[in-house]
Amino acid sequence: MAEQEWMSEVRAKVGREYGRVYAWDEVNAPMIRQWCEVMGVDNPLYLDAAYAATTEFGGIVAPPAMLQAWCLEGLHMNNYAPGSTDENPYEVLKTLEAHGFPSVVAVNSDLHFDRYVKLGEKLYYTTRLDAVGEEKTTGLGTGYFVTLIMTFLSQKAGGDERVGQLLFRVFKFRPANVPKPVEKGAAPAVPKFKRPKPGISDDTRFFWEGVEAGKLLIQRCTCCSTLRHPPAPVCIKCHSFDWDSVEASGKGSIYSFVVMHYPEVPPFEHPNPIGLIELDEGVRLVAGLVGVKRDEIEIGQRVQVEFQSFDDGELTLPMFRPVAA
Amino acid sequence: MTSKNSKRFDDVRPGEALPELAIPITTTLIASTAIATRDYFPGHHDMEAAQQLGSPHVFMNILTTSGLAQRFVEGWAGPAARFKDLKIKLGAPNYPGDTMTFSGEVVRADAASREVDVALKGKNSMGSHVTGTATLVLP
Repeated sequence: MAEQEWMSEVRAKVGREYGRVYAWDEVNAPMIRQWCEVMGVDNPLYLDAAYAATTEFGGIVAPPAMLQAWCLEGLHMNNYAPGSTDENPYEVLKTLEAHGFPSVVAVNSDLHFDRYVKLGEKLYYTTRLDAVGEEKTTGLGTGYFVTLIMTFLSQKAGGDERVGQLLFRVFKFRPANVPKPVEKGAAPAVPKFKRPKPGISDDTRFFWEGVEAGKLLIQRCTCCSTLRHPPAPVCIKCHSFDWDSVEASGKGSIYSFVVMHYPEVPPFEHPNPIGLIELDEGVRLVAGLVGVKRDEIEIGQRVQVEFQSFDDGELTLPMFRPVAA
Repeated sequence: MTSKNSKRFDDVRPGEALPELAIPITTTLIASTAIATRDYFPGHHDMEAAQQLGSPHVFMNILTTSGLAQRFVEGWAGPAARFKDLKIKLGAPNYPGDTMTFSGEVVRADAASREVDVALKGKNSMGSHVTGTATLVLP
């Protein structure tokens, strides 16, 4: 698909290098200490001068993940430390914004450390616009992945030294669903994800009521005694409409299985092993497997049913756990 | 502060799981870590500003996610470990009231360089907040 003409302006900038952005403050103990305090980091390499003196650094160093923080502008947007470039390394984001891609979400932060930085070092970074992808549509909307590479350096009398690099990728997009401002003061809550509930019909109600009572009930034709699962209105053998149910022993073996890896849908644990269980009574049913490691699941493995309660007792499900043969 | 035990390269094998770390996500954590990383974007400390953006509440900034990932990995590896790389990919946001639980596993150990790669994941109630890899050099 041909791109919009304005995109050539964006493409032309790929590979461009942007000038220095300086840190407001040299690497210093108070900012390190406060960073560690709020992050919950207690590594003595960053906090204990006596310990740090015994290391190859001979003194306190900054936590590596702090690298980018040293050079951020702070409270006032675009208020960079004196000497910083007037160029805007993020100018293509502004161009994309002007053409209908207003939202942005950070996707990747790949930090590489050439070495740790010590107290007193003065840092700056330069930026390269590394890549602007093709137009993509994701769950969030349609837009462009933009990759910037920031190289961090320390000012030295004999020549500045590279200390690390950051690959930063954002998705600049037009939202599929325009975010509506959340009602002011609305009680904020983390959305709670529950397991989907089974659809229950007159044919299947006995099964789920059995599960609630801790019984694994299997449908039986009262005419020819054939068992069937999943529940259905008619006997698969003699076509009779008459049925009752019998309680299964809950013992069986793994006839087949699948392990769900992706997409990770809450509230399920992943990888999520699911078995096709052949009960000793002869019918098969699909159920979650518990107490298994994914590389140790085997066809033919003996299993036993157990009933697990989910979502504060709203849902009970039969699950199968391996047992000795 | 006392020095803590550090993992030695010879003690570590691919497949070793790191002890899980559960971090309660609070407004205070999100706001204070954003400021400590010099990130004053209002969505990280001002609930009304975050709601204007369509978020239910303030949300954690990416520099904090990196910091907490570092904490998780070095909490296991100890103070003698040296980070070479810390690569993260973001997923579901961290909002107050949630809990993010880190899990991780050693996925590579290279004897020549004494480097180990740790694959990490931070899950909250909405799914995966962060996945990534840390590369460390161990003594």
